[in-house]
Amino acid sequence: MKPELPLALLTLLGAVLGLDAVSFPQAMLSRPIVAATLGGAVVGDAFSGLLAGATLELVALETLPVGASRYPEWGSASVVAGGLIGSYGQASAGALSVTLFAAIATGWIGGWTMVQLRGTNATMARRLRPAINAGSPSAVVGLQFAGLFADFVRGAALTLLALLAFNPLMRAALGVWGANPRYSRAVAVAVVASVASGAVWKLFRGTAGARWYLLAGLALGLLAMALA
Amino acid sequence: MTAPRRATPRSVPAYAAPTLPMLVRVQMALRLFMIQSAWNYELLLGNGVGFCIEPALRMLPGGKGGVAYREALARESQYFNAHPYLAAVAVGALARAELEGAQPARIERFRTALCGPLGSVGDRLVWAGWLPFCSLLALAAYGLGAGPVTVLLLFLGLYNVGHVALRAWGLSVGWRNGMRVAGSLATPWLREGPAHLARAAAMLAGVALPLALGRALGPGRAILGGVVVIVAVMGALAARLPAWLQGWRLALGVLAIWIAYSLATYTVAR
Repeated sequence: MKPELPLALLTLLGAVLGLDAVSFPQAMLSRPIVAATLGGAVVGDAFSGLLAGATLELVALETLPVGASRYPEWGSASVVAGGLIGSYGQASAGALSVTLFAAIATGWIGGWTMVQLRGTNATMARRLRPAINAGSPSAVVGLQFAGLFADFVRGAALTLLALLAFNPLMRAALGVWGANPRYSRAVAVAVVASVASGAVWKLFRGTAGARWYLLAGLALGLLAMALA
Repeated sequence: MTAPRRATPRSVPAYAAPTLPMLVRVQMALRLFMIQSAWNYELLLGNGVGFCIEPALRMLPGGKGGVAYREALARESQYFNAHPYLAAVAVGALARAELEGAQPARIERFRTALCGPLGSVGDRLVWAGWLPFCSLLALAAYGLGAGPVTVLLLFLGLYNVGHVALRAWGLSVGWRNGMRVAGSLATPWLREGPAHLARAAAMLAGVALPLALGRALGPGRAILGGVVVIVAVMGALAARLPAWLQGWRLALGVLAIWIAYSLATYTVAR
């Protein structure tokens, strides 16, 4: 086990990828399959990061980042996931279960911090309203950069605090993990795959003919899985 | 001083048809990536739209800081809501309307009218179509054994080809058509594209989920059949969850119980 995490690097990565979720540039660097893999790469185990990323991506399938809706912030949370599982290794019994728990909890808190950020931006916008209404370029440009900076700080603080909280918890949990390693991983994967199945159905059932495409794909996928 | 556009009501442009220098176009295109940086419950995307149009407004009579510039910037920085990628259409069209000297009241009505279509089309095309499609393709690649670099390049490369192309198209079509841009939003690929994408993504989902499940199980593959049955049953239940009980909440709860069970098992065994 490598209990020491490169906190500064992971925090920086969490801040940058947290920004991507909404503020800049929305290139989907913040998707779990990317962010967790990069988090794992930072601690030297991109393959474990990819495992965490792929399983979290299954959960994130149902998250549509539509306008003002509230949803988990996956960017920073996935960096935390990649950092944790990369440090302890995916082979540790319970590592995937605890990592997923830590990441989803961080994403949940991250969603709350996004709401607070939007509120803070609204306060700044209200304060700058007279200048904006007067067509002041410094007010308009300043508000954009202030929002960007605040989001960066939000992502950094969230990542750092989550790592500080979940790293010792993960160490303690894995030290006394009692369940069978094979079943541990199976339970974690089954949970996220179930969520993904439900999400896929909800996402596509409204499109004419999509359910038949889904069934056809499922037949192909199950066949490929059996042959693999 | 009164800006010329406000002096006389008219339906034709007050200024000569403008051209957009490449440098200004690039500045606007780059700023589009930051359009949501100050997203808030007061103005939503509004300030971002003003921020993106600002380089073009410097070309108004009087230049930066002139009356026309300040009036236009104030107008363009008010409440606005749209999908962040398709907001490029609004940015291009509104920049042209301002530089052509259209009446402020017309611009404001046009601006308001753009919100709905640019939001709903973008949500269906990108958030409910292109993003899940690319995400599922990456999961399928993962399930087929691809490594971290391949999965990341495939996902980011494919997604961002669509992402950047959509923003570039939006800015270009908005600028080209100005206040007549509505017709461009009725283009077949925007009208029919989301449904085609959804069907393709549905098929891909069927392929990707079992493959990703199989690889993620790792040493648990010996119990693959049982896991597939459990996922099928739990997935059917998850599909019937009420909207407020999203899947991630359920996953968090089940994982918490599982972790507690495992820790209890250790304690009992000792």
